[in-house]
Amino acid sequence: MSLYQLSKLMFDLNRDNAVKEAFRADPRQVIVKYDLDDEERRAIMDPDIGLLYVLGVNGQLLMHYAALLGIEWSDYLQRMRDGVKMHGPVRAGIYTMTTSPDEKVAG
Amino acid sequence: MSLVFVGVCSHAPGITGREERAPRELRDELYAGYATMRAALEDTKPDALIVIAAEHFANFFMNNMPSFALGMADQYHGPIEDADWLRVPQRTVKGAADLSRRIISAIMQTVDVSYCEEWKFDHGIMVPLHFLDPGNKLPVIPANINCQGPPLTPLHRAWAFGDAIRRAADTVPERIALVGTGGISHWPATPDSGRINEAWDREFLDKWSRNDRDAMLAYKDTEIYRNAGQGGFEIRTFISAAAAARGRGNVICYTPIPIYAVGCTTATMEIV
Ligand SMILES: [Fe+2]
Repeated sequence: MSLYQLSKLMFDLNRDNAVKEAFRADPRQVIVKYDLDDEERRAIMDPDIGLLYVLGVNGQLLMHYAALLGIEWSDYLQRMRDGVKMHGPVRAGIYTMTTSPDEKVAG
Repeated sequence: MSLVFVGVCSHAPGITGREERAPRELRDELYAGYATMRAALEDTKPDALIVIAAEHFANFFMNNMPSFALGMADQYHGPIEDADWLRVPQRTVKGAADLSRRIISAIMQTVDVSYCEEWKFDHGIMVPLHFLDPGNKLPVIPANINCQGPPLTPLHRAWAFGDAIRRAADTVPERIALVGTGGISHWPATPDSGRINEAWDREFLDKWSRNDRDAMLAYKDTEIYRNAGQGGFEIRTFISAAAAARGRGNVICYTPIPIYAVGCTTATMEIV
């Protein structure tokens, strides 16, 4: 469990063009610099937006990351709902889900 | 007295990025609200604009998180987000390093503020600037209150920060405008995005408009989280703006727009 490291990776990816480019060229070379466990590594490499959400990555980091990956808004929201269905409730942080996975509030 | 304008507004990325997905009349009402706010801002002929933002990890992270920060650079860049996603073009924004330095020094008399010679803007500043300064003319001084990574500064410190900005602005000869930007209740960047507690928002806006300091500072973060979501923590920016203005607020528009994920707000406040 190294949510801080996982979040730091997404922080760097979202804001730093050099990290973005290095990640696009060879993600493995970038993620070795962060102390991640297997589940976190898999979530980033897939990428599994739903699992990243459940792991407790701050929603703002994840939203910007999904945008970086070009994931459309409604699809991004659905992937988080699917993540909760598959992996259970959000495990950490302040971005927990208050609705049910089958509910759509908007988008 | 050199604080010449105080206002608050929403900054949700959907306002620009998902612009066409809202009912047309609601979108138009909000966009008109920004236009009214912009006209009021321009009328005061400010030399610089301080934006009190609640940023979303464009600069500050849990490795070294300041409760309060001010920019001290001659230029800034943004947005950090994918330009097609946010639909706000990249721009280099003029800063005002010398003015920043004088304001920061004055703020430090009462509030320990971090200063930053580098600062990237995210939607939290870029969406407001897109509407309030479309020509990219105004020198901007970014300010930030940590509303993302708990522990968060108490509300009474957000008030103290706004009060310090006011006293600092009054010590400089330049004409200073101030915009606080945040959501009221919202659950952004979660599957609940679009949930809005309109009753809670209206009650908060009523307290804000009356500049009722004690009522605003009586909120507790546990209650904000329960009733207004993690996005509700951003009321700190509204509270700072109220502390700076000291007068009564005038809500130009309050329009809940679920696809934009927030009760979209624009307002000005009388400076006394
Ligand atoms: Fe925000």
